[in-house]
Amino acid sequence: MFLPRLHGVHVPHRKNTAGMAPERMPVPATVTIPMSMHIGAPAEPVVKVGDTVKVGQLIARTGGFVSSPVYSSVSGKVKKVDDMLMSSGRFMKAITVETDGEQAVYEDIKAPEVTDFQSFVDAVRDSGVVGLGGAGFPTAVKLAVKDLSQIEAVIINGAECEPYVTSDTRTMLDEVPWMEKGIKLLQKYLQVKRVVIGIEKNKPRCIEVLKGMAANLQGVEVMALPPLYPQGGEKVLIYNTTGKIVPEGKLPLDAGAIVMNCTTLAAIAKYIETGMPLVEKVVTVDGSAVKEPKNVIAPIGASMQSLFDFCGGFKSEARKVLYGGPMMGIAVPNTDFPVMKNTNAILAFDEKDATLPEPTACIRCGSCIDACPLNLMPAAIEAAYNKRNVDKLRELHANLCMECGCCSFVCPAKRMLVQTNKLAKGLIAADNAAKKAEADRKAREAAEKAEKEAAVK
Amino acid sequence: MTELKVSVSPHLRSSRTTQKIMLDVIIALCPALIAASVIFGLRSLLLTAVSAAFCVVLEFAWEKLMKQPVTVSDLSAVVTGMLLAFNVPATMPIWELMVGDVVAIIVVKMLFGGIGCNFVNPALIGRVVMFFSFTADMTNFPAPKGTVDALSSATPLALIRQGSIGWEEFGQLFIGVHGGVLGETCAAALILGGVYLCARKVIKPIIPLAYLGSTLLFSWIFGSPQPVLALFSGGLMLGAIFMATDYVTSPSTNLGKLIFGLGCGLLTALMRCFANSAGAVSFSILLMNLVVPYINDLTQPKPFGGVKAK
Repeated sequence: MFLPRLHGVHVPHRKNTAGMAPERMPVPATVTIPMSMHIGAPAEPVVKVGDTVKVGQLIARTGGFVSSPVYSSVSGKVKKVDDMLMSSGRFMKAITVETDGEQAVYEDIKAPEVTDFQSFVDAVRDSGVVGLGGAGFPTAVKLAVKDLSQIEAVIINGAECEPYVTSDTRTMLDEVPWMEKGIKLLQKYLQVKRVVIGIEKNKPRCIEVLKGMAANLQGVEVMALPPLYPQGGEKVLIYNTTGKIVPEGKLPLDAGAIVMNCTTLAAIAKYIETGMPLVEKVVTVDGSAVKEPKNVIAPIGASMQSLFDFCGGFKSEARKVLYGGPMMGIAVPNTDFPVMKNTNAILAFDEKDATLPEPTACIRCGSCIDACPLNLMPAAIEAAYNKRNVDKLRELHANLCMECGCCSFVCPAKRMLVQTNKLAKGLIAADNAAKKAEADRKAREAAEKAEKEAAVK
Repeated sequence: MTELKVSVSPHLRSSRTTQKIMLDVIIALCPALIAASVIFGLRSLLLTAVSAAFCVVLEFAWEKLMKQPVTVSDLSAVVTGMLLAFNVPATMPIWELMVGDVVAIIVVKMLFGGIGCNFVNPALIGRVVMFFSFTADMTNFPAPKGTVDALSSATPLALIRQGSIGWEEFGQLFIGVHGGVLGETCAAALILGGVYLCARKVIKPIIPLAYLGSTLLFSWIFGSPQPVLALFSGGLMLGAIFMATDYVTSPSTNLGKLIFGLGCGLLTALMRCFANSAGAVSFSILLMNLVVPYINDLTQPKPFGGVKAK
């Protein structure tokens, strides 16, 4: 079957830490755990200042259907429950725990009883696991499929296409038994017939190890994918592994697929086997300013600074610090920000790497069109946004953009293409809201008028 | 700790810049420049150098005068200057070439907003203006150095119309030993430059191939006595490889590029077979430049998973 190849860009790999087994960092003096480390409603704290907590103890319960519970990653005393500034610029409630260094495990931890589909999904919800590849979408919500026959394939995302990041690589090398257990759980409770593990070819060791694992399992295949960013993007991965296209505005399930990050899979298996929820993460600490890049096992809530300290501090002044990889990562204003559930890397860059070139005039070379995996026209979207032409933006499908950043990466004029597309989405959303408000107002006026007329009669 | 820089992702950029792209175009023009100096003498070099330098000066002066940021370091003015020089005979008076430079840089490029904003190719308009203003000088094709025979001094287009050219002279045409403007005669050097541009991924081969292919096809359909020869004459190579592929004035999509190339070829063949052939390539590309926005609109690629906008 001939399938046209999706566009993408060749980013530098810089997987410097791929060969480094994760090292456990010392317990920091305090951890600050935000109530929202996922998409959806924030969790609600169930502890108060002065309470003693232990590792794995529930400190905040789910705040709604699309939400996730939060557990303490340390043992110690709750010092503060108040608002903290998140990297998004919004304030969020967070629980600060002063650690006692004991790391005493919570007594009530026991493996959940999983007997059927519903108890499996409940267990996944209780595990506190969210999309660990970075998106942070609550995994239980993704798995709560109404009609299981809809699932044609579960795709395990081991693409890890962002430069520097190797935490998924480490999962695929160090946690094969957990991945295997996870796959068996999915096969048992979701009746999944086909499991595809997608890995970029720049990780030959992972491919080899997981092929060995797949050989012992039914219906599991490992697919070596070209190292072309954004290979790990959900829609891209689904297309490149199954040939299915997720239509605009639809979910992967509409294309018969569920995509799950490999670390997410291992975390679910760990919880169901041991009862220990998600309280720590393997985080790649790297970047041109970091003295000794490492993979670090960090408790959730540990500050970025404590991780950098564990990696020997900075060899040159850090001028930009990121959550995640350089293509889609989020820059933070200081190093006090905590490790979160969906943090897979913390990168620090020196002045040279932190300085981006100034944009110059578009020369209409079309490189952005050739780079866009979704076949959009980023330069045209930029032009339409600059004219605030909402109709044109819709026509150009600006909302389809997954913000992978390929267009900005390749642009020889260094234009802020994906950045403008994000603004364009905001403009479309604002326009939709305004139109809806107008329609609502008209409907209300009509109703009032009808009411008055009825009253007259 | 000093404040950290905060910006929206991506935090990584490729090393490609406008300047590097333009530098590649300049490199790609060098074989033809060397060929011109060999065929028509060192005055070719002088004309090219003066034209390129003057274009840079003009852009710089305009931007200073208008208090705009200076952009001459992107090297696009050098490319325009070189291309303009490539479009004149080696005997062209320098001041006339400078008039072409002024038209190209000031009128076509800067007045419309500088790089990326011109809707037609600046070098081509410069050429057309020179062609009509100084027709005699623009068509006074000198014989290549050290040759005196009829073949060498006449342009291939003139020869085709006379029907006095045989296949044995084909090789001579290919390496460019015949009358013409600086940059158009040596097809071999132009093709070499084109291959370099494609290899460096500066241009895609779609427009040149579509243009050359359709010129061949339509010339044959319209009954040209020697359609293959038409490929190596009248600046077609220069136009197809270096002028029609100008980013700003050609479509951005692959399908658009194909349509653009085919359109250029059709117009060139039409003008050559049914009208005065002089400037057919320039006018074809300029006419197609004008419809590029429409081509771009009509050839919008289908978004992946996109559903029709309501």
